[in-house]
Amino acid sequence: MKPTNIKDPEYFHKVVDCQYACPAHTPVPEYIRLIAAGRYDDAYMINWESNVFPGVLGRVCDRPCEPACRRGRVEEEPVAICRLKRVAADNKDDIKARLPEVKPKNGKKVALVGAGPASLTVARGLAPLGYEIDLYDEQEVGGGFMRSQIPSFRLPAEVLDEEVGYIIDMGVTTHFKHYVDSLKGLLEKDYDAIFVGSGAPNGRDLPKLPGRQEGDENISVGINWLESVAFGHTKSVGKKVLVLGGGNTAMDCCRTARRLGGEDVRIVVRSPQKEMKASPWEIEDALAEDIPIFENHVPHSFVVENGKLVGMKFEKVRAEYDENGKRSLIPTGEDLVHMECDDVLIAIGQDNAFPWIERDIGLEFGKWDMPVVDEKTFQSTNEKVFFGGDAAFGPSNIITAVAHGHQAAISIHKFCLGENVAERPEPGVNLLSQKMGFHEWTYDNHIDHDKRHLVPHVDKELALANLKLEVEKGFDQELGYEEAMRCLNCDVQTVFTDNLCIECDACTDVCPTQCINFTDNGEEDELRTRLNAPSNNKEQDLYVSGELKTARVMVKDENVCLHCGLCAERCPTSAWDMQKFSYSVTKAG
Amino acid sequence: MSYLKSTFRHPESPKNDLGYTQANYEGALSTLCAGCGHDSISNSIIKACFELSLEPHRIAKMSGIGCSSKTPAYFLSNSHGFNSVHGRMPSVTTGANMANRDLTYIGVSGDGDTASIGMGQFMHLVRRNLNMVYIVMNNGVYGLTKGQDSATADVGSASKKGVPNMYEPMDLCELAISLGSGYVARSFSGDKEQLVPLIKGAIKHNGFALIDVVSPCVTFNNTPNSTKSYEWVRDHKEATGTFDLVPHEQEITVQAPKDKTESITLHDGSVINLQRQPGSLDVRCRESVLQALEEAKQNKQVLTGLLHLNTDSSNTHEIINTCDAPLNTLGEKELCPGSAVLEAINESLR
Repeated sequence: MKPTNIKDPEYFHKVVDCQYACPAHTPVPEYIRLIAAGRYDDAYMINWESNVFPGVLGRVCDRPCEPACRRGRVEEEPVAICRLKRVAADNKDDIKARLPEVKPKNGKKVALVGAGPASLTVARGLAPLGYEIDLYDEQEVGGGFMRSQIPSFRLPAEVLDEEVGYIIDMGVTTHFKHYVDSLKGLLEKDYDAIFVGSGAPNGRDLPKLPGRQEGDENISVGINWLESVAFGHTKSVGKKVLVLGGGNTAMDCCRTARRLGGEDVRIVVRSPQKEMKASPWEIEDALAEDIPIFENHVPHSFVVENGKLVGMKFEKVRAEYDENGKRSLIPTGEDLVHMECDDVLIAIGQDNAFPWIERDIGLEFGKWDMPVVDEKTFQSTNEKVFFGGDAAFGPSNIITAVAHGHQAAISIHKFCLGENVAERPEPGVNLLSQKMGFHEWTYDNHIDHDKRHLVPHVDKELALANLKLEVEKGFDQELGYEEAMRCLNCDVQTVFTDNLCIECDACTDVCPTQCINFTDNGEEDELRTRLNAPSNNKEQDLYVSGELKTARVMVKDENVCLHCGLCAERCPTSAWDMQKFSYSVTKAG
Repeated sequence: MSYLKSTFRHPESPKNDLGYTQANYEGALSTLCAGCGHDSISNSIIKACFELSLEPHRIAKMSGIGCSSKTPAYFLSNSHGFNSVHGRMPSVTTGANMANRDLTYIGVSGDGDTASIGMGQFMHLVRRNLNMVYIVMNNGVYGLTKGQDSATADVGSASKKGVPNMYEPMDLCELAISLGSGYVARSFSGDKEQLVPLIKGAIKHNGFALIDVVSPCVTFNNTPNSTKSYEWVRDHKEATGTFDLVPHEQEITVQAPKDKTESITLHDGSVINLQRQPGSLDVRCRESVLQALEEAKQNKQVLTGLLHLNTDSSNTHEIINTCDAPLNTLGEKELCPGSAVLEAINESLR
């Protein structure tokens, strides 16, 4: 193998598994250290810079960082990264003075369609630069689907108000209760650029299922129903509720139903339970509220008697997989299953819809009637129009929408300056030695062996009696500290300087997980077979040095390195050094 | 400075025949200087015991005084240990071995502990052919007293202080061979590929087994003018051949080419496969080895690998004809069999 190019920012970035997995590349270990140090304001601001909604995401993020967390490979469970973010948000002081200063108006004007996370992120990027911003949304307040689809027992309105407020208060002009019904109309106004962050607003229905029309009064599409609950239009539900679908919206529907009077609330899914799309922790929370899951039940028909919905019939199936892993649901031939119910909530997915975008304005639509959007610049084929969030590439999650928003803001700024939008700014990167005197480090390199701490919940009876009572209490400062200490500090990199190495083997000998090897070079696949420890995780890189004096090379398997610094402590020549790697995605301006 | 090592290990760590991982053979985190060759030797011992699937509680690690003699704290935490008086590890081990011949004895010592204060004990230990492994962590200086030349420092070799050593060095391997040791090897701490099999062979050998390991002292003796520095040893190391041990319990699956490989069966049925360099010494012949060692010395080479092997030697217990059961298991009944037995003995002598 060739020597690893550690000057390529992406090499060490990939070693910081959590940050690499995060769509917004939030510097996770850095803010976790600040939480451990009790510096909640600083931890919050690092988050705010990167993901704009720390309080929101600390509760409801999809947390792609956690499955990536190295801790999950070393012991059982990843660090509770998401809930640590909430610790920073819960314990901070007033941070308004630390928000960016809004510069005098620069004469440019931008319209944002939809007041969800993508648009708000664009506003956060552009407003401080002096842009005049018009924010349009059909709802009466900002937040988009964060407000209408996520129940307040998971995300209290105050948290959302605060973080949406930080952005609106930067001088954004809001046009709420204003449904934009024509992009052409918007283009005719004097905007320099338009950003579309209107989400994926159409919940899927089962229009062809027998009885759908007749039972309509008691059948709702999940996201519409959640929105109606969020804005206080729906206040109750029947005692027996069936929720169709296995995603996070379905989990929110069934838990909301439990709080509005649902006593026998069931989740019914077509597939096996293990294939449900909902996050494992959301399924856990639903099960904890006495909501059973019926798997392998395909909706057959609605049963309507005397004009009123009384139940549903399902066909039982089993999942079979062909050699490519493709699933087919095969009917078992058993009798149809009848379930009684008063209400049905359909939460089987959602789609984009752009009825308000004219097709003759130079904005091309492609597959699945989705606009053609550049994956890096988020620009559409109409150079003035940019997309982001679910509106760009279909339903995803909040943190992805934020990541899109940052990039779109860069593009809009470049576009307004007349620069080439395709030229993207490099990330901000730094590598700084953590050595402090003799074998001391500026980070706490002691490895904590605690198992993941559980987030305390409020009493179930209290929770089910109050739609607005937040179920999770969050970590307090002490538990937050304990959990923060589980972080392995993967951003503190093991940096090897080959010409200092005397090949004494001290690092190899001391490494708890046997990551480090001195061996003859070879091709990667072959090299992996003769390392000290099994090297089967090919998604994790091998760090290979230049040739050493004995013509061997140093090979380090990054997979389960604990970043404990013992290699560097036991190195007599400082060939190993622990260096903190910072990587920040460059923002607009 | 860290004083604890994380207990997290590689999740896919291999297990040996006993179901143990290498972690079960480890010790505490070393407090020796960073980069000390001794740590590598400790690790080679860990590896050898793990690979041989020895039960840790059937091993006794013995030492004297010195940097080297601290190392038993850093390997085999689950084994017995005795950190004895300076230079007196041989007699303590002799006592232990007399009491319980069934344990595996691994003695570690340094060039000071062996070649200076412990010289007398060492020589008699070799003569008696006690069944043990004796590893000398040889760095040519007294590290614990800040770097004076030791009795194994070569003439002209200079440590950090810069003054060349004036006195003739002792060659512990030559000494052991001339005193009749049946297993003598020399190695280098920085070459685990060679050292680990040598330790395994030494453990399997019946009788006294010496491994003299050149182990650079990074703090006092890793200078360009030292013949015990990492660089000098790497540049001047000459191996007698490669060496491989197949334990008795393991099936021999690879048949090495006959013309180049000499297979030697040990006391317990384990087999040593020795691949000799063309024209190199015959390890079974003492004269040839002593000659080779002298020649290497003249050519400023460090001759490493298995130097001498005699599988027919008898250990102390066999020489003095003790019973098979460990002496510490004998009760009053066996030790004082009564007047009738005494009568019989007396009768036999009349």
